[in-house]
Amino acid sequence: MRTLTLSIDGSDVTVPEGATLLEACKKAHVDTPTFCWAENLTPVNVCRICVVEVEGARTLAPACSRKAEAGMKVLTDSERVRHSRKVVLELLGSSVDMSLAKDFAPLRQRYGADPKRLAGETVAQPVKIDNDQFVRDYSKCMLCYKCVEACGTDAQNTFAIAVAGRGFEASIATEHQASLGDSACVFCGNCVGVCPTGALMFKTEFDLREAGKWDESRQTVTDTICPYCGVGCTLTLRVQDNAIVRVTSPSDSSVTGGHLCVKGRFGLGFVGGRKP
Amino acid sequence: MLKAVRRGAKLYVVDPRRTSTCEWADGWLPVEVGSDISLSNGIARVILEEGLQNRAFIARACEGFEAFAQNVEQYPLARVTKETSVDAELIRRVARDYARADRAMICWTLGITEHHNAVDNVFSLINLGLLTGHVGKWGSGLNPLRGQNNVQGGGDSGALPNRLPGFQDVEDDAVRAAFDAKWGRPVPPKKGWHLTDMFHAMERRELTALYVIGENPAQSEADARHCHALLNGLDCLIAQDIVMTKTCEMAHVVLPATASFCEAEGTVTNSERRVQRVRKAVQPPGQARDDIEIISELSRRLGYELGLPSAEAAWDEMRSLSPMHGGMSYRRLEQLGGIQWPCPDESSPGSPFLHGRLWADPVEGPRAPFQVVHQDPPVEALDADFPLRLTTGRRLDSYNTGVQTGGYVSPLRQRETIELSPVDAKMLGVHPGDTVRVSSRRGNVTVEVAIDEHLKPGLTFMTLHAPDQVDVNQLTIDATDPKSGTAEFKAAAIRVEKL
Repeated sequence: MRTLTLSIDGSDVTVPEGATLLEACKKAHVDTPTFCWAENLTPVNVCRICVVEVEGARTLAPACSRKAEAGMKVLTDSERVRHSRKVVLELLGSSVDMSLAKDFAPLRQRYGADPKRLAGETVAQPVKIDNDQFVRDYSKCMLCYKCVEACGTDAQNTFAIAVAGRGFEASIATEHQASLGDSACVFCGNCVGVCPTGALMFKTEFDLREAGKWDESRQTVTDTICPYCGVGCTLTLRVQDNAIVRVTSPSDSSVTGGHLCVKGRFGLGFVGGRKP
Repeated sequence: MLKAVRRGAKLYVVDPRRTSTCEWADGWLPVEVGSDISLSNGIARVILEEGLQNRAFIARACEGFEAFAQNVEQYPLARVTKETSVDAELIRRVARDYARADRAMICWTLGITEHHNAVDNVFSLINLGLLTGHVGKWGSGLNPLRGQNNVQGGGDSGALPNRLPGFQDVEDDAVRAAFDAKWGRPVPPKKGWHLTDMFHAMERRELTALYVIGENPAQSEADARHCHALLNGLDCLIAQDIVMTKTCEMAHVVLPATASFCEAEGTVTNSERRVQRVRKAVQPPGQARDDIEIISELSRRLGYELGLPSAEAAWDEMRSLSPMHGGMSYRRLEQLGGIQWPCPDESSPGSPFLHGRLWADPVEGPRAPFQVVHQDPPVEALDADFPLRLTTGRRLDSYNTGVQTGGYVSPLRQRETIELSPVDAKMLGVHPGDTVRVSSRRGNVTVEVAIDEHLKPGLTFMTLHAPDQVDVNQLTIDATDPKSGTAEFKAAAIRVEKL
């Protein structure tokens, strides 16, 4: 394997050829925030929270997709980078409900972002509940495209959803805004698995949250193997009060890279459905 | 597979029905049900005719080539096209693309194995792998895609009538001696019965007690009426399951068990021979007990003390007796995210593919034999009384007899239907949603009609997922493969009548 060496924040780091700046940052122990990136999806670099400064470049570069080059000098905490990340956080925080987005609050602190500064129009809208498997709360959608990628070429190849509309009207939509049941959706829930903001949520989790009963302090998380077919997908079972409330799969699973089908993701009701 | 297709791999789908996979394929071969051997032999003949076989591999690693080549000579495309209904040029293209590919794989599921000549069907595919040398190499090979999360592990650990753990021959004295020593009791020296043998033994009243663990034969066996009569004739039927199945309802004793994938510790083995850990995440309901506990208790009362081993202790015992599992400690399974057997010792990383020995120089072990196999149509031919072909199968959101998937409401699930071709529906004067009676020589069911515009005339399709609504196994035939014991679920002759 051929390698190359670049500098990140003044320290040299050596990575395999073809590695991204994000991978180089990781190797250099530089914590780089991401929203739209996932290790099991192709980078679409839309969220811009991972931008870094490459010496000699006119614009900031998204670390998630920019390939590392030999001799590159990269700054991840310069004034330009901090300012850009701060504004991204403010734009997102002022228009999208980021309350369930992992790491959003600490990032706001880290970059001193004040979303209220840009308060105004938002993407708030009613929650879409049209099936028993998962709900779509697009008030929480930051249009990171992860669900579109997972539904498309990165995992399911179903292409049930895409972005429709422009500006504040832009949202993830099925063809002709059909309900999921009437769309091409096959209910694999891989979109739910990759959603970083809680816009896509298990119905069980949504109902518990609505009832004020979702309590992560009472939850356990256990990895096991799906009880259905011979593929052998790893299931991460989140359990509260002895009930399975959410099913995901680790993105580094050697078998399916974190993607599941409808049976493993949503078909475990038989476990809790048994009467003692 | 779709990832490979996106990277430029070619995909051909052989299926009587147009499945969603066909949407991505370079070609769809809509074979007649039960014409697989004709197709395989025809492909082989094209490969030989065009000189595309891997001569070096055949010479170094195989045997029985001459007889095989002579046999496939009888399958010219004119004949194969007639038997399979697949276009000759398409067959030729598949043969060329498969033979010329740098690496190629044949994957199959029950369309090959649920036939009265299942093993021959598989042999016909193995022949193609040997002919082209697409075996024993990374990215190549012959892949039966397993339908259950631990059907591989069950066989691996000796849940076969003629095998001890690690596929060791139960009739081999030296093998048995190791088990006898470990267990302090002699292992019966003769092989037992597989499922189909057991039903035959019930007919002869040689088998009068049956202990069923995690299987629902009352609904999963072909020719359900016959199966029920045999189960009802048993002196003792014990059913151990996680829910009250139809088989449990028929049983004299029901032993409520835990859902092994989330209420117990243990391992399962997937389709790529990867042993993986399952872990306890929830408490089982009521009096449900771990399978190990149930078996230990049963054994104790029968006079043999197993103790109450943990899943890991039971696994370690198997590792000590089954060489191919030797290196798979729980610790290593955790570290490596599962290990593919064979893994003889703790320095082995496991084996991503098998049969690499065929490429060793000189070849290690026995040569790989070609098999002479002949086209043999389904047992039940179509006739004036039963003019339609019923083939059974599965849908994405459901699983077997619905014991598990019956426990969730799937937005994809429709009512159980019989799918007809547009031509047959028109001839019968039926429309989607109409109720019809479907009869075979063994029984009948009433069911709603659906139309599959891709079905060829004469072919119909049903699933086995909702036997409480529509018991499709009233219709299926229990003609079984003499070697595997699998029934011909894929081919029954039926009649459809408008009600």
